[in-house]
Formats: sequence, structure tokens, C-alpha cells
Amino acid sequence: MREVKLIEGGVSVLDRADVDTDQIIPKQFLKRVERTGFGEFLFYDWREQPGWELPRNPILAAGRNFGCGSSREHAPWALEDYGFEAIVAPSFADIFYSNCTKIGLLPVELPEDDVRAVMAAGRAAIDLETQEVRWEGGRASFEIDPETRRRLLEGLDDIGATLLQQDAIDRYEAERERSGPVTTGLA
Amino acid sequence: MPRNVFDKIWESHEVAEALLYIDLHLVHEVTSPQAFESLRLAGRSVRRPDRTLATADHNVPTDGSTAAEQIRDRLSRVQVETLERNCEEFGVPIHSIGSRHQGIVHVIGPELGVTQPGMTIVCGDSHTSTHGAFGALAFGIGTSEVEHVLATQTLQQRKPKSMLIRYEGRLGQGVTAKDLILATIGQMGVEGGVGHVIEYAGPAIEALSMEGRMTVCNMTIEGGGRAGMIAPDETTFEWVEGRRAAPDPLPLEEWRALRTDEGASFDRELVVDAGEVSPQVTWGTTPGMVVGVSGAVPEPASESDERALDYMALTPGTPMAEIQLDRVFIGSCTNSRIGDLREAAELVKGRRVSASVNAMVVPGSQQVKAQAEAEGLDEVFRAAGFDWRSAGCSMCLGMNPDIAAPGERVASTSNRNFEGRQGRGARSHLVSPKMAAAAAIEGHFVDIREWA
Repeated sequence: MREVKLIEGGVSVLDRADVDTDQIIPKQFLKRVERTGFGEFLFYDWREQPGWELPRNPILAAGRNFGCGSSREHAPWALEDYGFEAIVAPSFADIFYSNCTKIGLLPVELPEDDVRAVMAAGRAAIDLETQEVRWEGGRASFEIDPETRRRLLEGLDDIGATLLQQDAIDRYEAERERSGPVTTGLA
Repeated sequence: MPRNVFDKIWESHEVAEALLYIDLHLVHEVTSPQAFESLRLAGRSVRRPDRTLATADHNVPTDGSTAAEQIRDRLSRVQVETLERNCEEFGVPIHSIGSRHQGIVHVIGPELGVTQPGMTIVCGDSHTSTHGAFGALAFGIGTSEVEHVLATQTLQQRKPKSMLIRYEGRLGQGVTAKDLILATIGQMGVEGGVGHVIEYAGPAIEALSMEGRMTVCNMTIEGGGRAGMIAPDETTFEWVEGRRAAPDPLPLEEWRALRTDEGASFDRELVVDAGEVSPQVTWGTTPGMVVGVSGAVPEPASESDERALDYMALTPGTPMAEIQLDRVFIGSCTNSRIGDLREAAELVKGRRVSASVNAMVVPGSQQVKAQAEAEGLDEVFRAAGFDWRSAGCSMCLGMNPDIAAPGERVASTSNRNFEGRQGRGARSHLVSPKMAAAAAIEGHFVDIREWA
């Protein structure tokens, strides 16, 4: 994963609440077994509608509960592949938020008024080190889990980090793991 | 200090700070190929194949195909074949197409008895919350996390907050678990549970069958909840006993301790009057856009409502019972278990599906299908004019040939009425199996409390 520090540039606006992952990347594109190339299918149905406009910018500003619905990581993959590096919204669905942080697409939760100001400004800078969003005429700080922030800043591989705790996992399995159920042999 | 069920399970699975041990990892073909590929590239193995179980469900045609090579859609075929190959290479047990235990991942886990009280269970699928019905901590994860669990059998996870939804009163006649959860989501909103693990409790929950409890926990994610759970009781133990992977004898003392202690606290509490819940029908494009069947399409209160009404081609004030249907779908991880099919069959028996409706029943697993056929339910459905299909996710999400056409209106027992979910331009109304069965017969929604 690449390092995430400062994201700066234009803001694309999607001022809708409860945007679900079925809209972000419709199911017919989940049949691919690759991780790349989903950007061209982003908002596949909505983009056919009159008035749809979503320029390729580093920042996407959206409505509440962004990314609700299915756990498909294809949704963050498609947004990232399209060119977005950060998403600013009043709130996110849990799994979507977590999926974004795993691939270095920065989800930023701000109060609704601040999100509207970012939308209106059209440009912004998101500084993960200082946990601050700046735009012309305003600024706001945002919260992020310290460990998630550290991983993003350093571009760390999650599995590599966990494997450093392999001893603890071995110990858990030796001392505390529940007995069964065993899945092998059921087939 | 008194603890709730979630606290107990969390604490017994904490390997280290914010590192959670996973007892069972369920895998399907859509969200796993990229995870296996990354493992391969990194030269890593699956740490615990004996705690991992795979099946093919999303892409599986429900026409009775018995091998991946029979799937006509090339991309679907490749995805299922890729899963089969990955499982073979990494030693992961799989029930693919053709297995008598194949089925929707959230149906076969409980059915095989691998879903048990007190466990941590994950799957690359948001409806993993279903397994919480057994008093397990179960939730959906993304593909990067699937890879992480395959490699380490753990998950990096901050402890979510806890929420109690306590139901007062009992469900009325004709009102089901599906109505209860739809009404709950209507009350708390589609992001009401974000960041929380929800425990459902109260007499209305205790009175539910395991199928009903799975329906409730299944739709937790539609209210934004991280996971849903119900403390295990005698109903749970009876259901698990004797299943293939179930312990013998059941560790009842341990399982009975999985209850929320007297005085335990939650970060949030919500009280819902179960006695007030009527049969529910969604009118919009989120599961929270829902009303009782005796109600009408509401006036829009927001821009989202307006867009939803436009997509659904509905006019405010239209009685729900007057909405005419093109299709009825009984199936999905929400409502495709034997209890669901029995409830629907009972209403259908001796009647005919409306001439204007195309109706289908899709059992959740090959085992459910076999059981239903042994009880003659397939004959009941067929005689009424339903299409009796083979197991899979089917029309819940249209990744297989079961897709609604643009503009078609569907009464569906599934979990999501998002735009295009069941087919591009298709209009979905979420209902219980009973409501779907009655709607198939009449060609429009009916209040099953007055219909018999």
C-alpha cells in the first residue's frame, strides 16, 4: 500500500445520502477475479442519467451513510481506480470505511456543514498528519483511529504487521482456542 | 462487572489489543479470488483450513446445474472455477456446485452445525450477521480482510460499541420476524446501527424460531449495524443438536453462560413495541423506506424520497395493497430456510398464482431443497404455478441468470431494495415469505391478517 499523507486538489460532488455499494459498482462487475480496472464501471447506472457529472479529482465529497450495503471491496477499488484518493462525507457505513483504509483510500468524516463548505469550495487539502481538512475560507479537523492513521501514513501492509504478533497467535491457539468445529472432513 | 453477550465473546477472542481471533471463516466465490491471489503472490498459506469453509452461491444458476463447467456465463463460470481451484491449492474444504451441501453461505453454516454459540465468525459478505442468531459474533468483511484472516486467522479490529434493541410485547397473528426487523429499521433508520453490535432481546425474540432469529440478525446490516446477535437458549440448543459438526454432547453449561448479565450496560438502547408491528412492505430504495401493508405510499420528506418514488414509479397516497406486481421471489439468505418455505407453502396450498405474476421459490441450500421435497412442498408450489428452483442467491442480487427486467415490479423476501439490485431498472418491494406468497396469488399486496 502506498503512503497517504497529503491529498490536495479538486473536489467532485455527489450530494446524495445513503449511496450504496450496488450503485458504486453494480453486481455484474463483481464477476471479475482481478483487483484492478473497476474504475470504468463506477456508478455504471447513474452515469447514464441526465445531469450526471463526476469529474476525476483526488477528492470526492458525498452525503451521509456513504457506502452502505454490501461488503464488496470492489467499491473502494472502483473509486480509487477512477482517481479518488479521499472521500469526505458526514458519515460512512462501517465495512466500507474499513475497506477504504485497507487500500489507502482515505475516508474523512466531517460535520455536514463542513462537507457542504468543501463541496462549495471545489478544492481542498486533506492533511492526514495534522488530521485537518483545509479549503478556501475554512478548515476543520477530523478523527481517525490512531493505528489506522499510522498504517496509512507509513503505507504498512496489515498482514505483515499482524505476523509480527505471530507468537501471540500461537499462544492463543495453544491455550485458549475453542475446540471445534472442524470444517475439514465435512465435504 | 456485569457483561453483555458481545463483551463476553469479544474478551474470549482477544489475542492482543485490537487483534481478534476468528473461529470460523466462511468463503464464497465473489469476494475471495483477489485474496487468494495476493496470498499466492506473497508465498503465504492458509493458516487454518480446518476453520475455513467455502461454497459457491452468488453466481450459481438455479436451474439444477451440477458442475461449474455447466455455467453458461463465462465470467461466472471462471469465478466459480477459480474458487474451486483456490480451495484445492490451499486445502480449504468446499461445497461447490454439485455438492449435496452446496447453498447460500449463510444457510449452510448453521445447517452443517459449524455455526455455534460463542464463536467469532466472518465472511466476505455483509449478511454474515445472520450467524449472530446463535449467540455468535458474526460480521462481514472486505477482501483485504479475507486475505488477512486466511493468512493469520485473526482480524485487526477495534471493539465496536454495543446496542440493545429490546422488544416489548409479542408479534400479532400473521406478523413475522421479517416484519419485525423491517419495522425496526424503519424506526431507527438505515444508519441507526452504524458502529454498533446489536443484541436483540425480549419476549418477541425469545418466541422466534431459529429461522426467524436468523432473518432478524441477517438484516442488521440494513440498519447499519456491525453485527446482530441473540443470546442462545433452549431453542438454539435444540436446533444445533445432532447437526454434522455439532459437539456431542453439547457444552450446555458453557453455552448457557452466554447471556447478558443482570445490570450489564450498553452504549445505546432502543425499545420497540413488537405488538404494534404490522406486516411490512418497502416502498422505496432503502430498507428503511417501509410502511405497514394497510398504509399508503408516503409523501416525500427529502430529496432521497423523491428520487426513490421516481425510481419506483409510485405516487404518494397510493394504498400499498393496490400496488400490482410482475414477479414474486421467495428466497435469499434472509428467507429461504425450511421454516420460511413451510410458511409460504401453507398459504399457497390449493391456490393459483395470479396470471399476471411470474413467481419463483429458491431454496437456500440443497439440504433445504431436499427437505422441502421430502415434505412435498415443491409439489404445493408447483401446483400453484410457482417455479421451483435449485439452491443459490438467485434474484436477491442478480449475479446469475435470475434477473428481473427493467421496470418489472418484484415482491421479494430478500434484504435489499436498492436501485438495480435485482436487475437494472427493476423495482423491489421487500416483504415476508407469507406476504410474498399471498401477493403472488392475488397479483398485488394483501394484508395477510385479513386474507385466508
